[in-house]
Amino acid sequence: MSLSTRHLLGLQGLPKEDITLILDTAETFKEVLRRPIPKVPTLRGKTVVNLFFEPSTRTRISFELAEKRLSADTVNFSASISSVQKGETLRDTARNIEAMKIDMVVIRHAFSGAPHFLTRHVKANVINAGDGRHEHPTQALLDMMTLREKLGSLEGLKVVIVGDILNSRVARSNLYGLQTMGAKVGFCGPRTLIPVQAERWGVEIFYNLEDAIAWADVLNILRIQRERQVAGLFPSIREYRSQWGVTRAKLDRVGKKDIIIMHPGPINRGVELESEVADSGYSVILDQVTNGVAVRMAVLYLLSGVETSFEG
Amino acid sequence: MREPQQANLVLIHGGEIYDLLKDRTFRADIVVENGRIAQIGRIEPASFKGDIVDASGCVVSPGLLDIHVHLREPGREDKETVATGCSAAMSGGFTAVCAMPNTNPPADKRAVVEFIKERARSQLTAVYPIATITAERKGELISEMADLVDAGAVAFSDDGDSVKNTAVLRRALEYSSMFNVPIIEHCEDPYLDAGGVMNEGFVSTELGLPGMPSIAEEIIIQRDLSVLRYVGGRLHIAHISTARSVELVRQAKQEGLAVTCEVTPHHLALTEEEMRRFDANFKMNPPLRTAEDVEALHEGLRDGTIDAIASDHAPHAVQEKEEVELALAPFGVIGLETTLGVIMKSVVERGTLPLTEALRRLTIGPARVVNLQDTLRIEEGAVANLTIFDPEASWQIDPTTFRSKARNTPFKGWEVKGQVKAVFNRGLWYRRDQ
Repeated sequence: MSLSTRHLLGLQGLPKEDITLILDTAETFKEVLRRPIPKVPTLRGKTVVNLFFEPSTRTRISFELAEKRLSADTVNFSASISSVQKGETLRDTARNIEAMKIDMVVIRHAFSGAPHFLTRHVKANVINAGDGRHEHPTQALLDMMTLREKLGSLEGLKVVIVGDILNSRVARSNLYGLQTMGAKVGFCGPRTLIPVQAERWGVEIFYNLEDAIAWADVLNILRIQRERQVAGLFPSIREYRSQWGVTRAKLDRVGKKDIIIMHPGPINRGVELESEVADSGYSVILDQVTNGVAVRMAVLYLLSGVETSFEG
Repeated sequence: MREPQQANLVLIHGGEIYDLLKDRTFRADIVVENGRIAQIGRIEPASFKGDIVDASGCVVSPGLLDIHVHLREPGREDKETVATGCSAAMSGGFTAVCAMPNTNPPADKRAVVEFIKERARSQLTAVYPIATITAERKGELISEMADLVDAGAVAFSDDGDSVKNTAVLRRALEYSSMFNVPIIEHCEDPYLDAGGVMNEGFVSTELGLPGMPSIAEEIIIQRDLSVLRYVGGRLHIAHISTARSVELVRQAKQEGLAVTCEVTPHHLALTEEEMRRFDANFKMNPPLRTAEDVEALHEGLRDGTIDAIASDHAPHAVQEKEEVELALAPFGVIGLETTLGVIMKSVVERGTLPLTEALRRLTIGPARVVNLQDTLRIEEGAVANLTIFDPEASWQIDPTTFRSKARNTPFKGWEVKGQVKAVFNRGLWYRRDQ
């Protein structure tokens, strides 16, 4: 079995068979992670570079761990956009990758389309670890893996993504992946954080959180960035918390006992999500983190084209 | 020939003359002597002593005029110079261009206007500078318009920005009306477009790219038309791009307002769907819009709402435009060497306009905006300002052959018709090597 693509740039247009293959493979790797020595020689001799043009802690660590568990040689490159703007272009970065004979590139970038740009200039496999507001495919894959684990299937599942849809790559990748897998997707947040013509995606749109809770099987809650408020997209953190913050009181008012709470992290505790809910039995947030490593191992392995088994 | 030569004695033989000013086409030969049209009629090539251009099957048109180009000199001579821009224009069939003033320093003073004209002095393609509306392009105080017109400015524009302060725009329209020179507005509300990369709509939503809503353009057009209605003057809307913008200009013209507008080849030929490639060669301002907008632009050409086609030739350095992330790349694409071919394909072959009408939007239409109709005469004694092209000859757009310093075209690889054979202007002529 192999993927239909050499790069993982996004989930838009990625066939159901590919997503299923990644999730199935990730389950096998999760078993590897439970072993006393959680490491396989699968990518021995392969070199992976983690190019992080935007600060990230958990995604970078998760990828790095996945690479090490697969015995790949890894190098990390962190750069702020400002240092890039001093003169060295992304094209130069691509030239360096080629010169250093890197096999796989994991790229996180503040601007949509940066991984797509790289694919035009390097021979390596490119994995998008988040590009601007566009896509964050491994996050959505780990979210889907977590849901499949908890509920068995994604078919017919109702998932509401709560918060800043406009600026969220997590929302877009989840939408594309979940719809491909037969789930129904809703968005909930202030109108100013829902992108224009979002209804053309065939999603349910809720401005009222309790309506969304009543409809949903799952709430995937996005981190709210303070700079969006500064940019005038909503009036205040106080108002956001009162309208769209997920609290025990709101869940109780709707009377949902079995809803699943997800969050890609890091959580603004007490803003978009109350601590009591984040740490409750509803929450699968730490399962997401564990599955993140397994999913990234699966993606690295499947894209590498390596045929050897990962047994032993 | 690589460089233009003195047009001492040249016979243009066997072409179809498009005398657009007199609205007639006819088969005739033209003798150019010392840069002027010496004779129009039937001339035997066998006994002719000068150079001969075989124009059989070709259109002999008044020289094409592009009223919206960025020559980047002074300031960014690494992107383009007056000389390389003129060379690109000549190669693309344009014998005259109007240079936008957003240079560094901007063309807000006589000295800069004279500098640009001096730089173009020995070029075949004539450069008619556009001066800024406001001093230093700051949008605050109107520039020395009387002096600038005297120095040769044919219009005023703060292109790249709208005049934000409506009172300043009002003064500019009032003051410029004394010289019968248009104010050319780049219509864009900077607040609505802040941070934008492409047209706002479902495609920008899908791609997660910050959007530039159509209303950012339309609101400023509406405002400008209100001011025009109130104080008079002449207003020209640059690079119109939305369906509603076309409708606003259409209504204003019906009302009798002195408004004109232009459209670019890329807005006629491409839609926002191109942005799915994340390729900066499709990033321009105004952005590529929807298929409905493109259709409305074609309708605007058909019914005469749109007066001119202009390239908005915007050269950029490769390392700034093509080697960086889409969001960091500057707006704009080049067009001087592709406009004729793209218009032949996307306007004439598409059936929007017959060839004669399309040519009018590349000659008389723009010439009326900047008062240059007189340069388009095809008659004995007039300056030979002519573009000769084969409307059926196919060629492929290959940026490596461009005379422009820049390569930032969205039309790379396009198969188009309409190959320039020769051009004449300012006592010079140039023939493309076959």
